[in-house]
Amino acid sequence: MTPSNSWWDWGYAAEALPVLFDGFKITLLATVLGTLIALVLGLVVAMVRRTAPAIINAPFTWLVEFIRMTPLVIQLVFANLALSPFVDSTLMIGIWVLGIHYTTYMAEVYRAGIDSVPKGQWEAATALSLPRVRTWRAVVVPQAIRNTLPALGNYAISMFKETPFFVVIYIPEMVRNAQTFGGDNFRYTEAITLAGLIFLLASYPTSLLIRRLEKKLA
Amino acid sequence: MDGVIGFFQDLGPNLELVAERMPQIVDGLLVTMLAMALGALLALVIAFVFGIAQISKFVVVRVVARIFVEFFRGTSIVVQLFWLAFVLPQLPYPFGFQLDPLLVGVLALGLNYGAYAAEVVRGSIGSVPKGQYEAISALSLSPTRGMFRVVIPQAWALMLPSLSNLWIQLLKGSAIVSTVLLYDLFFQVEQLRDRTGTWFAYTFALLAYYLIAWLIVILMNGLEIRAKHNIGRGPALSQSWRGLFQAPGSTPEGGRSARVVRDKSAVKAGTAGEGGLA
Amino acid sequence: MPENTENSGTSGAPHIEFRDVVKRFGDNTVLNDLNFTVTKGERVTLIGPSGSGKTTILRLVMTLEELTGGYIHIGGTPLQYEEQGGKRVRIADKRRRRITTDIGMVFQHFNLFPNMTVMENIIEAPVNVMGLKKAEAESKAEALLDKVGMAWKKDARPSELSGGQQQRIAIARALAMDPEVLLLDEVTSALDPELVGEVLAVLKDIAAETDISMLIVTHEMQFARDVSDRVMMFDEGSVIEQGLPDKIFSEPENQRTQDFLRAVL
Repeated sequence: MTPSNSWWDWGYAAEALPVLFDGFKITLLATVLGTLIALVLGLVVAMVRRTAPAIINAPFTWLVEFIRMTPLVIQLVFANLALSPFVDSTLMIGIWVLGIHYTTYMAEVYRAGIDSVPKGQWEAATALSLPRVRTWRAVVVPQAIRNTLPALGNYAISMFKETPFFVVIYIPEMVRNAQTFGGDNFRYTEAITLAGLIFLLASYPTSLLIRRLEKKLA
Repeated sequence: MDGVIGFFQDLGPNLELVAERMPQIVDGLLVTMLAMALGALLALVIAFVFGIAQISKFVVVRVVARIFVEFFRGTSIVVQLFWLAFVLPQLPYPFGFQLDPLLVGVLALGLNYGAYAAEVVRGSIGSVPKGQYEAISALSLSPTRGMFRVVIPQAWALMLPSLSNLWIQLLKGSAIVSTVLLYDLFFQVEQLRDRTGTWFAYTFALLAYYLIAWLIVILMNGLEIRAKHNIGRGPALSQSWRGLFQAPGSTPEGGRSARVVRDKSAVKAGTAGEGGLA
Repeated sequence: MPENTENSGTSGAPHIEFRDVVKRFGDNTVLNDLNFTVTKGERVTLIGPSGSGKTTILRLVMTLEELTGGYIHIGGTPLQYEEQGGKRVRIADKRRRRITTDIGMVFQHFNLFPNMTVMENIIEAPVNVMGLKKAEAESKAEALLDKVGMAWKKDARPSELSGGQQQRIAIARALAMDPEVLLLDEVTSALDPELVGEVLAVLKDIAAETDISMLIVTHEMQFARDVSDRVMMFDEGSVIEQGLPDKIFSEPENQRTQDFLRAVL
């Protein structure tokens, strides 16, 4: 096939769409599973940092920071090369790396959310002799959630938009599929442009929703 | 786990290999630093232009700026990078040219993170207390003069922590530009890996990026301390050099700009009585 | 609307004129068809319960709020809107700013610029709005700082100063524009009680030494009594009683004025 020298070719666009949607399924799967991992592990990390003794806390904090301050792309390639002898699914490796990378962000959100509960609330709970568990469940968590939900949502969108970093380990998500389709047909315009538009269509309404949620909770 | 064991067994010879390949590694490091610095510069310009445009009194300007920001935030950085690298050369005249890979990287990084940073700029400007705007008006200062002499110097102190985080994000994102044939640090590390094995090469790479990230953190902490001091909200840099080594706070785009906006609503709600700032 | 018959001595055309002024915030009408004038050099204190629209009047004169209806004239010049061929026309921002250079305002929360030194705060507008030379503006600023007793802090930043000191500087900043109208919006309300005196003393001096027309909103009734030529009692957006301070404070006629004064004095 020779590349047509035009702005836009609907034929290619129609051919590319199913390929992109195949990839989009993986993109979504990675986003959902990665977010779940980050939500759960983030809470664990926040708890550990709040309760662990200094001797564990210091190196642990450093590790969290190290993961947060180094490129996801390199973590992906590293993990893939190091783990592929033991793990069959590259996709699983990718999802876990993405999830763990964002764990370090979500842990901060949880921490900030807990810190944002005014000291007076803890003091009032103590004054009422509420048991520890009850204090957390009835007083702290409900208030902390207000402050964390929008930020957690924003990170989920961030993860969605960073799934294309998976191209470096050749996971066939949407952008990788667009790239492959473009390479096979010597024509990138439609596939890559459509991939971008699909991202926009999916992420913009979601971020509007979160902004509304934020206003409601504020 | 032989990878880990090998990592320690071969540490000596591997370090020699690094020394041997130092010229290439330094080249890659320079390319990464250059992409990171130029990308950040472009992002900063875009951030201010489109951040301020979003609060323009002309509806058309506001709408155009808003669309620009949402567009570059909403389409992933990787898509933007590939578009510049693969689609642009295939478009008909007057496009259809191949940009230098470094330029592709700088443009993609600058546009994408600049759009996020524009939100930060907009939010910080909105967080400057209302009383400051009223004082500008009461002194009959022109809006432009007020913006650049009063509002932005104060907003600057508010936006620096977020810009610092975004810059680190940009640095991390810059590793992806090796996919469009830019011979950056990541690319050189992949070359190194052929000889030293995975564990050594990638530990080396992560540490290198970590160190660059810390350079950014220290620089931005310094700017933040200075900016805060300049609006009377903290000690001088000479008295608080420890603050330089403060680990960065949380959060990329979402959480951060969101926080700034919340401050703004607090100010609007009438809690603007901060004697400290007044 | 009670006729203003006690315009203590000052003469000439009205300096500040409110004509049929209406101000609404959404559905909430704050000022309804308000008419009053202030003559040149007159000091008028507005009193009344909170929410009665006093501060809104000051903010309208400073053009910080958009006029919903009616006209405000300063020295005969329309401020936000003018009548042109029977139509109410908005005045362009540039022209508006030229008029407001004659109006100074001191705020409850001082609103000094934290990123500038005391001196920079004061010379900012004289240099950039009135076009004074920097040296000229500085010597003038020093004289003003002397007057408010703050010359020794001219290189300090606002954050290094007490509230009372900041407010004295804010007064000097407003005066540096040589205003013909000075608006004082609850200037001592944000201050610790022990700092109120220094600010009021400075204002009394200025009232004694200049002939600037002043509109004052304050809860300091003694101060109002000392400096005002006239006191206007507001309630629900209109003047319910006005007159000489001694008259209003000693023998108010209106029941609501009596209730209000009993509550605050």
